[in-house]
Amino acid sequence: MFRNQYDSDVTVWSPQGRLHQVEYAMEAVKLGSATVALKNKQFAVLIALKRAVSELSAYQKKIIPIDDHIGISMSGLTADARMLSRYMRTECLNYRYAHDAPMPVGRLIGMVGNKMQICTQRYDKRPLGVGLLVAGYDDQGPHIYQTCPSANFFDCRAMAIGARSQSARTYLEKHLTSFHDCDLQDLVAHGLRALRDTLPNEVDLNTKNVSIAIVGPKTPLRVADEAELSRFLALVEGEERRGGTATGDAAPSGEEPQPQVRIVIININ
Amino acid sequence: MAFMGDTLSPAPLWHNGPTPGAFYNFPANSSNLGPASRPLQDFRAHSASPITTTTSVIAVKFDKGCVIAADTLGSYGSLARFRDCPRVMKVNDLIMLGSGGDYADFQYLRDIIEQKIIDEQCLGDGLNLKPRSLHCWLTRVLYNKRSKMDPLWNNYVVAGIQDGEPFLGAVDKLGTAYEDAAIATGLGAYMATPLIRDATEKGPLDEESAKALVRKCMEVLFYRDARSFPRYQLGVVTAAGVTIDDTVELKHDWSLAHMIKMK
Repeated sequence: MFRNQYDSDVTVWSPQGRLHQVEYAMEAVKLGSATVALKNKQFAVLIALKRAVSELSAYQKKIIPIDDHIGISMSGLTADARMLSRYMRTECLNYRYAHDAPMPVGRLIGMVGNKMQICTQRYDKRPLGVGLLVAGYDDQGPHIYQTCPSANFFDCRAMAIGARSQSARTYLEKHLTSFHDCDLQDLVAHGLRALRDTLPNEVDLNTKNVSIAIVGPKTPLRVADEAELSRFLALVEGEERRGGTATGDAAPSGEEPQPQVRIVIININ
Repeated sequence: MAFMGDTLSPAPLWHNGPTPGAFYNFPANSSNLGPASRPLQDFRAHSASPITTTTSVIAVKFDKGCVIAADTLGSYGSLARFRDCPRVMKVNDLIMLGSGGDYADFQYLRDIIEQKIIDEQCLGDGLNLKPRSLHCWLTRVLYNKRSKMDPLWNNYVVAGIQDGEPFLGAVDKLGTAYEDAAIATGLGAYMATPLIRDATEKGPLDEESAKALVRKCMEVLFYRDARSFPRYQLGVVTAAGVTIDDTVELKHDWSLAHMIKMK
């Protein structure tokens, strides 16, 4: 760890003008497995790579449905993601109760951003150690948002976060222009290829370690079941893999085994 | 016998203590702040009845929008006290709101709704409140107030365009809400709804015939409703926006009442 005297709590500035605690929290996002979100002109799609803590355990959930029209995919501390998802569910429910309409996605993200900001400015709190990809559909069409522990949020056309997600982002950037007009099948296939680029050579995507959620017009958020998953996975099966070797942006490669320890202590996905 | 003290009127055996069998009440103890030691007048007054009142609101859907009309009289009991109480308001480009009942309660809620719209515009995300959302929100507010035994004494009529279609809904002071193609509140519920239903049964209305129908209703109500007034507002909402005309005066002719002799 690169300890220094300016990271004692989140309100302490370093002379370089940095908040180290916030930057450390940003690193927590990169400890979780990768997740990808992308949209065409109708649909928003979340695709996540799930991890199992041990051979004996089930794969940890990465995609959390919020409402009929919003879903999130998380990377980082699972507990923080669950706290945020509970908040988002409550807000969506209250909006429906008061206004008889689905919560506009952008407004929800604004509220989440404000909630996440508070703990970056108080010495007795810590920033949340989780990044979210939010996929939603409302009157203005499909949306993809990314949120960070630094309380920044971004409106994206496509985004990937988590371990080794740089490879996925490289894929998404390369094909960005083709997303808008492609159909849902192709969109999911692009997402799966982007996600597969984050995998080490000996691992491949399967129905156990992949999770897909789709939302769109007259399509309430749906987390794909096993049958649908295998249909989607068949789209990219047997294709030659491009970015097999990770040009990861995750923790420096020397540190790679270390997260293993941390996963046991605090649940990171 | 003096050494025995005054046995006929003895000094008190126990000073400053609790009454026998009770607990000692320490000064400044928090138990002194309990409900029993508070003054009995600690109550909260609620308005039990409306003061300055307004009468019916008439609203009807037509093929491309809705019309709302309401007169501008604020009555003080049976006294025609205020003659310029506008109560048809534009909420945003696609919503219009009419109110009958207590005028102060309407003004209170109008200010809240106006602030709600301003807050929404400040967000600047290009989304606008829709009539069904406002109708639902009003239902929640009014039901909440009635549950505190402190109702807002109003009938509200929400008219607007919801996803391209005309929307018309009513909420009363108890939070009872419904949607209909024709809504009339107050005395209008008895006198205007039959007229509107007759007209709408013959087929869908267009904007001009809907306006003419509502004008006719306002005239009938003016002749029959003792709390009404010849000046009224008429508002129209279509996909093109909300237009609320300046107050107009209906022409009344009491010669039709020649059978009535004042003696």
